[in-house]
Amino acid sequence: MAELRDWQHLPIAGAVLPDEAARPLTGGWRTGERPAVDLPKCVNCLLCWAYCPDSAIVLDGETFTGFDLDYCKGCAICAEVCPVGAIAMVLE
Amino acid sequence: MTDIRLLTGGEAVAHAMRQIDPDVVPVYPITPQTPIIQTFAKFVAEGAAQTEIVNVESEHSAMSAAIGAALAGARTMTATSSQGLALMAEIVYIAASMRAPIVMALGNRALSGPINIHCDHSDSMLIRDSGVIQLFAENAQEAYDLTVIAPRLAEHPDVLLPVLVCQDGFTITHSAEPVTLLPDAAVRRFIGDYSIPHAVLDVARPTTQGPFAMPDYYYEFRRQQAAAIEAAAPVLADLAAEFSLLCGRSYGEIEPYRLEGAATAIIALGSTAGTVKDVVDELREAGEPVGLLKLTSFRPFPAAAIAAAFRDVDSVVVLDRADSPGATPPLHAEVAAALYGSDCELSGAVYGLGGRDLHPSDIRAVFEGAAPSHIGLRGDPCRV
Repeated sequence: MAELRDWQHLPIAGAVLPDEAARPLTGGWRTGERPAVDLPKCVNCLLCWAYCPDSAIVLDGETFTGFDLDYCKGCAICAEVCPVGAIAMVLE
Repeated sequence: MTDIRLLTGGEAVAHAMRQIDPDVVPVYPITPQTPIIQTFAKFVAEGAAQTEIVNVESEHSAMSAAIGAALAGARTMTATSSQGLALMAEIVYIAASMRAPIVMALGNRALSGPINIHCDHSDSMLIRDSGVIQLFAENAQEAYDLTVIAPRLAEHPDVLLPVLVCQDGFTITHSAEPVTLLPDAAVRRFIGDYSIPHAVLDVARPTTQGPFAMPDYYYEFRRQQAAAIEAAAPVLADLAAEFSLLCGRSYGEIEPYRLEGAATAIIALGSTAGTVKDVVDELREAGEPVGLLKLTSFRPFPAAAIAAAFRDVDSVVVLDRADSPGATPPLHAEVAAALYGSDCELSGAVYGLGGRDLHPSDIRAVFEGAAPSHIGLRGDPCRV
């Protein structure tokens, strides 16, 4: 556990600076299902990228390539919005 | 050449806003604040200020938008009264905790209910513990001057807090009196550019603002906030000295008025101080040793300065334009704490709730020791 700082040594108003933020992997919050893609079906519309409430849709440039399961919470919004049924939720 | 105009307090503050030319003003209209924002909106429409006025759907949204704007790097102002401040209150606390240097014009008005649009200070008292700075004007000139000083105080790196410039609803907001305006360029030079040291919203350097603080950190952030408002008193003194060089009008956290040799003194906020000054002059001419201590800074509360000012005064009467049902009225309680351990005899009276007039004869009665605990109230004024 990091050492707790006193009030004189905290950023004003607790603003969290980029180099100071802890980066916990929150993919562990998923409860049983993760998204899986059938890439040949994907039309690269990027609706999943736009709708993902985290940043768990991985692009190569502007091309969908898959999921960042370290941050995916398994909410299934990507599967819901996919217009061609390329994303399905599967058991972990 | 001196620019003296016949202006209401609301118009005077709108002129200060025009000269400050804030980047963003999110605001929702409410009586008696309306003439402030109405006059200012006209200035913007005429091109006299370049401000983005955001017409929000409520005061809760006004203050929310103000926080976002201020932390995004925009000089931000807003204005409200009474129920507007009550609706805003949740976000006022957050503005103070996020250290957003927003300047707000407040037209003091009674809180409902019963619904009422006239002056008392219950709206200010509602947010007295929110961590924002509250300065009270005695008249339109002071409302103008304090508004010009306010951005510097709010944005000072030791402070970084919202500043409310409070003026009595109708008595000041709607009453026309001669007001001396500073030249536009002098105001611009005085306030300078907007710059805050803590991280602003910047896509190249993203930050999280207003994070969750658990039991291991909340207390420390509250202490940081308290230190910021404590730092405001010396900053206000420095700014007032600098402002005085511009125009000769000087301000402080308190204004002692004929306290030398005073046996009895009144302490009060806002326009009432003007009426008390007249009565003090009259009684002094008749040889009565009376005086006034006007409180300009209600937050931070100048407890040490009050105690020092009353060191040689025998008895002090606190006039509260707000009540605290079931407890001592707010100003009385705080002055009592400031004078704790002194020989000064302290009493207090509530007056002027919901815009009830306070007459010079009422103030004479206070100085004669003949005032009831609730001045101007019909029926039994005694406390139960």
